[in-house]
Amino acid sequence: MGERSRLCSVWLGSETGILKGVSVSRKQAFNFCNTSHLSRDQEVRALCWMDPSQSELLVGSVDGNVKTFSTEKGEFTETRCCGDPADGCFVGLAAIGGSTVVTCAESGVLRVWREDSSEPSTELDAGKNVCRMRQSPIHPNKVATGGKENGLKVWDLEIPEKPVFSAKNMRDDWLDLRRPHWVKDMAFIPDSDKLVTCTGFHQVHIFDPSTPCRRPVLEAEFGEYPLTTLSLPSSGNTVVVGNTHGQIALLDLRKGLVRGCLKGLSGGVRGLQCHSSQPVVASCGLDRFLRIHNLEDRKVQHKVYLKSRLNCLLLSSQDLEIKGAEEEGSKNQEVKKEEEDEDEVWDTMEKVEEAGDKLKRKVVEIDVEEEVEDKDEEAPQPQQKKSEKKMNKKNKTK
Amino acid sequence: MDFTEVPVKQDKKSKMKKTKKLKKNTTMEEGTAEGGPVEGKMEQTEAAETSFPPAFSLSDIKNKQRRHMMFMKFKQEKRKQKLQIRKKKKKERKALGDKAPPKEVPKTIENQRVYDETTVDPEDEEVAFDEGTDEFSAYFNGISNPKVLVTTSDRPHWRTVRFCEQLATVIPNAHVFYRRGLALKRVIPQCIARDFTYLMVINEDRKVPNGMVLCHLPDGPTAHFKVSSVRLRKEIKRRGKDPTEHFPEVILNNFSTRLGHSIGRLFAALFPQNPQFVGRQVATFHNQRDFVFFRFHRYIFKNEKKVGIQELGPRFTLKLRSLQKGTFDSKFGEYEWVLKRHEMDACRRKFQL
Repeated sequence: MGERSRLCSVWLGSETGILKGVSVSRKQAFNFCNTSHLSRDQEVRALCWMDPSQSELLVGSVDGNVKTFSTEKGEFTETRCCGDPADGCFVGLAAIGGSTVVTCAESGVLRVWREDSSEPSTELDAGKNVCRMRQSPIHPNKVATGGKENGLKVWDLEIPEKPVFSAKNMRDDWLDLRRPHWVKDMAFIPDSDKLVTCTGFHQVHIFDPSTPCRRPVLEAEFGEYPLTTLSLPSSGNTVVVGNTHGQIALLDLRKGLVRGCLKGLSGGVRGLQCHSSQPVVASCGLDRFLRIHNLEDRKVQHKVYLKSRLNCLLLSSQDLEIKGAEEEGSKNQEVKKEEEDEDEVWDTMEKVEEAGDKLKRKVVEIDVEEEVEDKDEEAPQPQQKKSEKKMNKKNKTK
Repeated sequence: MDFTEVPVKQDKKSKMKKTKKLKKNTTMEEGTAEGGPVEGKMEQTEAAETSFPPAFSLSDIKNKQRRHMMFMKFKQEKRKQKLQIRKKKKKERKALGDKAPPKEVPKTIENQRVYDETTVDPEDEEVAFDEGTDEFSAYFNGISNPKVLVTTSDRPHWRTVRFCEQLATVIPNAHVFYRRGLALKRVIPQCIARDFTYLMVINEDRKVPNGMVLCHLPDGPTAHFKVSSVRLRKEIKRRGKDPTEHFPEVILNNFSTRLGHSIGRLFAALFPQNPQFVGRQVATFHNQRDFVFFRFHRYIFKNEKKVGIQELGPRFTLKLRSLQKGTFDSKFGEYEWVLKRHEMDACRRKFQL
């Protein structure tokens, strides 16, 4: 299991409670779960990395448990109960500094769990019907929440009493009717205080907490169906959004125009994540496929059928293609060598010598050939090289 | 004669190379007595070439009548040739008897189908678990019995009403209600309170039934179909007497992919699980090229080999438009599958069900 899990560069949580790992370059998918007792209670709702080195995964399931999955060992190492099912399922999961876990449930209970304690160290109420909680990539203590009739709020976990920023509702429309709120997903824009949100009313909003204006700075619309998730690509100024009809679009954040749509999906998008360095975006959803699109030419690069509906998705920060390729190469040579290194040092020594010999021989051969070419004379030499020489001669005659 | 042929060949070569030189050659050889007649032939062939260009086709004939005649002739000839070949083949087959090679299977877009990776493997544990715990599991485990509410869009045409009534005779425990201008989202909670397991809405456009919403209750999924070629009982020739109230048997054909399985289960759960074989009635959902054909028959075993069937009607064709998770909510619902025209049906050999 450990070997398998080390190969995987994409992690997915499914509705049937199975954690899936996909190795993109080898085009293989693995299930990390004992298939004997599957149950819908273990439906995976949230995934996040435990530490920046990405050796451990946090898996939030519907029954209120947070499991730790080690990618090195390829198995679940720890199960912790973080909240009861009455709170609703997890809408967000985050880790601070490799030990502290932040969980947020649908009912709006946001809890911070320190290591080795069954009681939450901090608890705050983010309001009802929370749809998503996200952590800031730069300040791990900052989280944002939002949901249905529950505007965007940014919290500092050290000041749990009051949100740092809370968005104001949109201005009434031209008929003087109130405009409803429904934040579905949000993201912190790196290198600035700004946040992007997408709503159930197919809008994309940008908020800027650094200004006194609490209403969105920019509003853009895409399509006519509720947007479900968004993600920010590594190259700035754009955002990728997905909706319930399986449409994914690239929106420009400067003017809010659609830059392009990604095709090929057949069902609603549930999870969307851009790679931290490459221009690719991975999407999963109700059509049971993992698709990886290139953001430059907007073509599907990979498409993997994973058998159950997928809820969430997590990419590792390593290069998607290279990770598998390295492993493939290593499977032939490096892994074996390492094992031998551990077992018997002398064997490897010999091997190194052999390699050296081979190199020398090659050098000698080249020399000989040159001599032959120069002098055109024959000296006593091993049989292998005679034929070569003959070849040389023939070449010369030609 | 050998002697005369040689210069001709040379001439041809020279003609190929340079047409200007040709004239000179002809004048030169006109003087020689032997070359004369050969040259005449050559000029004739040249003339023929100019009148009929090498890429001659019937469409080059300008006279319409003549062109038509020639075309008919050409067609007839082609047909004759074809028949001859077929006869010849048949004869050969007869002559060979048992040793004849097996007949070739004709190419159809179904047997040339592009492989779909979602095709369900019956031994797959994960899919089995997924299907075993989905929304229909209550029905398939025998916990709930189907109860169907059939209704129409607002102010239906009599044909749509008749269609609903006839559907209600096919599906046991189906109740037809007048819509009364109610919103579906308000109807659904009332249906759930009254233990209905299905809500079926027939939509019409220009007095022709053209859509069907099939919503499984209490918690989805909802499928939206296009309905076409509806034939009511009256319009079917050689139909049997009206169906009895026995529970029919159900045949589901060709639902092979994962999506197809969900749709098949959706149809299966409309009917009670224990068919009454006394009625000898069968409802068939046959999927072919993503079109689902519905037929309702009565059968009889005439003797050990022969079976007689009698269509009872109605008859219609369905095409899946979308499959939505949860009960009917076209605005905010999450779609499991949506037909995207020009994107999904770009390949004619790719099928979704």
